Amino acid sequence: MNNQTVDLIVIGAGPAGMSAALEATRQGLSVVVLDEQPGPGGQIYRNVLQADPRSRSVLGEDYEAGAGLAAAFLQCGARYLANAAIWQVTPQRQVHYLIDGRAEVLQGRHVLIATGAFERPMPIPGWTLPGVMTAGAGQILLKSAALVPGGPVVLAGCGPLLYLLAVQYLRAGITLEALVDTSGRGDLARAWRKVPRALRGWRELLKGLGLLAELKRAGIRHFRDARNLLVEGQAQAHSLSFDSNGCRWNIPATRVLLHQGVVPNTQISWSLRAEHDWNEQQLCWITRRNRWGETSLPGIFIAGDSGAIGGAQVAQLEGRLAALAVVAKLGNIDAQQLQQLAKPYRKALRRQRAARPLIDALYRPQQQNRIPANEVIVCRCEEVSAGAIRHYVELGCLGPNQTKAFGRCGMGPCQGRLCGLSVTEIIAEHRQVPAAEVGYYRIRSPLKPITLGQLATEKPLTQEHL
Amino acid sequence: MPADSLFRALGPADKSVLIEFEGAFLSVPAGISLAAALLLSGVTHTRESAVNGRPGAPYCMMGVCFECLVEVDGQANCQACLLPVRAGMRVRRQRGARDVRVGDHGEEGADE
Repeated sequence: MNNQTVDLIVIGAGPAGMSAALEATRQGLSVVVLDEQPGPGGQIYRNVLQADPRSRSVLGEDYEAGAGLAAAFLQCGARYLANAAIWQVTPQRQVHYLIDGRAEVLQGRHVLIATGAFERPMPIPGWTLPGVMTAGAGQILLKSAALVPGGPVVLAGCGPLLYLLAVQYLRAGITLEALVDTSGRGDLARAWRKVPRALRGWRELLKGLGLLAELKRAGIRHFRDARNLLVEGQAQAHSLSFDSNGCRWNIPATRVLLHQGVVPNTQISWSLRAEHDWNEQQLCWITRRNRWGETSLPGIFIAGDSGAIGGAQVAQLEGRLAALAVVAKLGNIDAQQLQQLAKPYRKALRRQRAARPLIDALYRPQQQNRIPANEVIVCRCEEVSAGAIRHYVELGCLGPNQTKAFGRCGMGPCQGRLCGLSVTEIIAEHRQVPAAEVGYYRIRSPLKPITLGQLATEKPLTQEHL
Repeated sequence: MPADSLFRALGPADKSVLIEFEGAFLSVPAGISLAAALLLSGVTHTRESAVNGRPGAPYCMMGVCFECLVEVDGQANCQACLLPVRAGMRVRRQRGARDVRVGDHGEEGADE
């Protein structure tokens, strides 16, 4: 069995996972990288090696920059398994996954979770109607299939991705009906005061201002401080209505793309029972890690947005640092060499992280779009409303695992990915206690659907494959 | 493609494949995900909720939300956004919870 154990299993081939594989293989480690998508890049550099020139020019320089990383990754000597859906990771560092319909298992000396982020749920009335998607989904369709909306489209919410997608659509010749911004002009001044070191993040800020200027030049209708958003329609979304500038507006659209930031994908670390903390700045759970990315479980590391939201550059540096720590643990380098090799990455990391507090303060999602009114569905799988959750709290439920038992909220196929944060915050608000006291769902494997037939025929990944 | 298509392609596809959705044949670009192909073909909803029949459609496109569940070649609960299109694949909406019958029809055998 021992000769089938790999030094490092990396879960996720985004910027963090690819960078970790590059660093680890350079230091002579055996590395296997598992990823759910057909090609390397993660969501940020999705399909970057296949995208045609037209798509690349629409998507912009920051996207194109991922092509070099992805190409280097494919050459680095790590064994890369695409289309692999991880359904279980154990504290003993076994990774179970499905590939081509087969179940396989792999034993690692160390595991790096680099599963990135997903978009924060934005539960507003009507968000379950067909026609409503996330802005990230719109961008994925652009990256992976060169598809753009065929009918009238509205973007709503807040955050850099919303502006970026608006500009990308513009470059692709799509004119938005409106950009409905839940953040406002006042937020910038407030954020600036709140974040005294914000100047260090000026580069990121300029990028954002550049996108806004491009939208303004194109004459896109940009509503600010939008409140009380409502997607209208019967079987299909047909308009978005909201309050802004003292009026109620109704913008017809067959596509409503929502976004209010991204949050770490913590499914694996929760399933491992690792320690987590509520982060009030980013309004989400983050896994407790040391400065190398190691969790409370020895040998299990996290790098990139699945640890805390920092963006692609931070993810690459964290991936490198985690890989170096693994190299040191295996004894390939000593403590002094480790500090020496890590030094330039640490320096770059400080610079890359500087803008984050400003971005977090500037695009803090509105409370009404996180903790919605009673009639709004929060659990899309089991169709549970915010009002039902509040009702369960009144019956004595203290946390998400109890409301789950009362009303199946979070028990559907998405396993709480799309409702977990909303449920924690709804309960915290209704009990008038901090979110940290409310806790989160107890996540269990299988993390992805697996049939009994597949489970019964699970095999180890064989040596000749490595 | 319907006049008011949900999504349209930026350019012509190099290569197309034929898939079957709810008994109708669709010609879609090769190499894209099944969820993208269905959106391009004007399919407004891809599943019906196991709880109340609410129509659901692809929402996150990255394997997180499970709104795009479909039945592919007899296998229930497949995430359409994670499956590349394949010539001849037979797709149906996921209606309600998956069937738990064992070894009933030939194609259910995968779940035995």
